[in-house]
Amino acid sequence: MHEYSIVMSLMEQCESLAQQHQAQGIEQVELKIGILSGVEPALLAQAFETFKLETICHNAKLVMNIQPLVLQCRDCDQQSQVDERTIICPICTSNNTLVIDGEDMMLMQLVLDT
Amino acid sequence: MCKDCGCSITHDDVGHQHTHGDHHHGQLHSNPQLNDKKTLAVIHKILDKNDIEAQHNRDHFAAQHVTAYNLMSSPGSGKTTLLECLPEYLNHKFAVIEGDLETSRDADRLIAKGINAYQIQTGSACHLDAFMVHGALHHIDLNPIDICFVENVGNLVCPASYDVGTHKNIVLLSVPEGDDKIEKYPVMFRRADVVVITKSDLLPYFDFSIEEAKAQLQKLNPNVELFVVSVKNSDSMNAFAHWITKNLER
Repeated sequence: MHEYSIVMSLMEQCESLAQQHQAQGIEQVELKIGILSGVEPALLAQAFETFKLETICHNAKLVMNIQPLVLQCRDCDQQSQVDERTIICPICTSNNTLVIDGEDMMLMQLVLDT
Repeated sequence: MCKDCGCSITHDDVGHQHTHGDHHHGQLHSNPQLNDKKTLAVIHKILDKNDIEAQHNRDHFAAQHVTAYNLMSSPGSGKTTLLECLPEYLNHKFAVIEGDLETSRDADRLIAKGINAYQIQTGSACHLDAFMVHGALHHIDLNPIDICFVENVGNLVCPASYDVGTHKNIVLLSVPEGDDKIEKYPVMFRRADVVVITKSDLLPYFDFSIEEAKAQLQKLNPNVELFVVSVKNSDSMNAFAHWITKNLER
């Protein structure tokens, strides 16, 4: 249940960005959640709805884009997208891959009320 | 302000605050269809602040020539016992930062063995973060030591998301827990630099398959090193202690 502390960090970022851009409020918060980021989207959404009330995000809608793994295979040189939590290349079954995406949780975009 | 599990800890109690550069620069794009709304593209990590503090901790360790290891596992898999037994096998001096919800029992156990240990009580927080470790570092003299172990809160989920500023992640999995934990908690085992299967003296009594554990790690984290250890078997302890020594930051 570390989703609560993640939402706290997110709110802090939103507050400071809103202030920086003289926004009156935040209408939408868009996140990218990697499937190997260690965050459960449903819990994150619940935490967001709970904590937003006392912040600048109180009217904000949360949009979460779930990011599958993106693997760059060092053997067959192909890039592929994988929905399972494995780093095995679906094309040549090598595990000599580089994870390019799907391990991070990122704030991607805010829609500000100005 | 912890409303539920209490993970969100305010850090006002940290002795001093460091100001770090503001990394938050976004670009404003006006949406032509809506006059009073602006879409701001940001793209930064949600745990950005923690990551900056983690790097700060790492710099602090580096300045004192200390290598830091983050020990993670479920509760009861033998983190403290492993640390209790390590002085016998390590020529380097180490200290331990302990994280638990309540009590200083683990730190007391280590101190009783002559190991310098400092206990963080997280209240109800399920993981350590870089700020908590920073706070603890003010209570540990890094000068006489070569290694600092951070024994994280026993939990295979939450600690995986937080960089605490250590150099390497050591993840323990004890034989009674079962080999399927790797598949069940992929994020934790993906983040490991080394996996230590503990309580290996119990292998004859459990259906734990080392081969299955290896096969699961191959799918998630193929370059991870694996040790099968029992504190009652000095050869296995020597092998693991050798890994610790080999991975010291120079």
